[in-house]
Amino acid sequence: MFSKEVLVSNQVGLHARPATFFIQKANEFKSGIWVEKDERRVNAKSLLGVLSLGITRGVNITVIAEGADEEDAVNALIDLITSNFAE
Amino acid sequence: MDELCFSVKLEEIIDRFRLERVYCGADVSEIRISCADLNRPGMQITGFYDYFDSGRIQILGMVEHTYLKNQTPKQREEKFDGLFSQKIPALVVTRGLDIFDEMYPIAEKYNVPILRTTLSTSSFMSALIAYLNTELAPRLTRHGVLVEVYGEGVLLLGESGVGKSEAAVELLKRGHRLVADDAVEIKKVSAISLIGSAPEIIRHFIEIRGIGIIDVKRLFGIGSVKDTEKIDLILNLEAWEDGKHYDRLGLTNEYTEILGIEIPSIVIPVKPGRNLAVIIEIAAMNNRQKRMGYNAAEALNKRLMEGLERSIEQE
Repeated sequence: MFSKEVLVSNQVGLHARPATFFIQKANEFKSGIWVEKDERRVNAKSLLGVLSLGITRGVNITVIAEGADEEDAVNALIDLITSNFAE
Repeated sequence: MDELCFSVKLEEIIDRFRLERVYCGADVSEIRISCADLNRPGMQITGFYDYFDSGRIQILGMVEHTYLKNQTPKQREEKFDGLFSQKIPALVVTRGLDIFDEMYPIAEKYNVPILRTTLSTSSFMSALIAYLNTELAPRLTRHGVLVEVYGEGVLLLGESGVGKSEAAVELLKRGHRLVADDAVEIKKVSAISLIGSAPEIIRHFIEIRGIGIIDVKRLFGIGSVKDTEKIDLILNLEAWEDGKHYDRLGLTNEYTEILGIEIPSIVIPVKPGRNLAVIIEIAAMNNRQKRMGYNAAEALNKRLMEGLERSIEQE
């Protein structure tokens, strides 16, 4: 199990289009990956799941992964968020 | 996925049960209830405070009221002081019973709201406990799809891309109902039951690979959706593996545990071209029949055994 917390700071938060980039990246990994906001945890590979969290700008989320490539997965997803989805 | 503690605002309870605000301090909106149990303070007003849980809402019914009525005002004052000084979240008087004059200054002193309902004690308590159990229920979010099939709540679990959402759409076409796609919020509303619903933001939306997001309520109509449903059966969908052993008889019952409750579960192997919706319908009907007391696999086994015994007798 590997996890990291990150602040979402792009303009629109994790809304429809950034969320698709996010889940596409998550689907590249074998590990089980989750996103946690407040007390809710959803599957990072599921679009509606990620959207259901309503992650807006300025929100802290935790990316958690478990499996063979857990560290790479978390780091790649955190990079994607901190790069503001290359907006 | 840890269980967390939840709370509900006292004001929500007041609105929901249309309670009369006999006395409410300025900060009543700050009060939150995090205990689903209630207490009738019969023992406490006689002076016994061992094992007293001050987090519970207190209910003053006919028995307590009659007991207090037969006390002198001075005694009543002492008894209310004893109870209110425990910092109870609220006191509810049932049956629309009279409020004793001694209650007001003491409620103000300790800042304890006094509320009143016209309902009888037992029916108010059972309604409030049911409400609190739902609001304060342990909960978690699972990746899956929740559908209602022939009245059974069926939770489809499985890896992304195994075909849960596609199966759900096919079930909708056949007249069944969608509760949640992708993320299912599950609440343990009692020691034996789980209720699932969709997170507000994505309620009644489904994602279909290649098409994108569809709005089920718009496309299929109001009859095709439901806000909440109990979870009766779990189907674990997994890609068909040649050579793997799948249940052929259904004589053994498998269970999957969620929030400490064991729910009957079945592994359904998925293969392109296999009509998943029909299989889910059959699983739902069969589960219902089992609960109603008939198990097809057992019945077949019994018939076999009887046939065997007969042939032994004839020899």
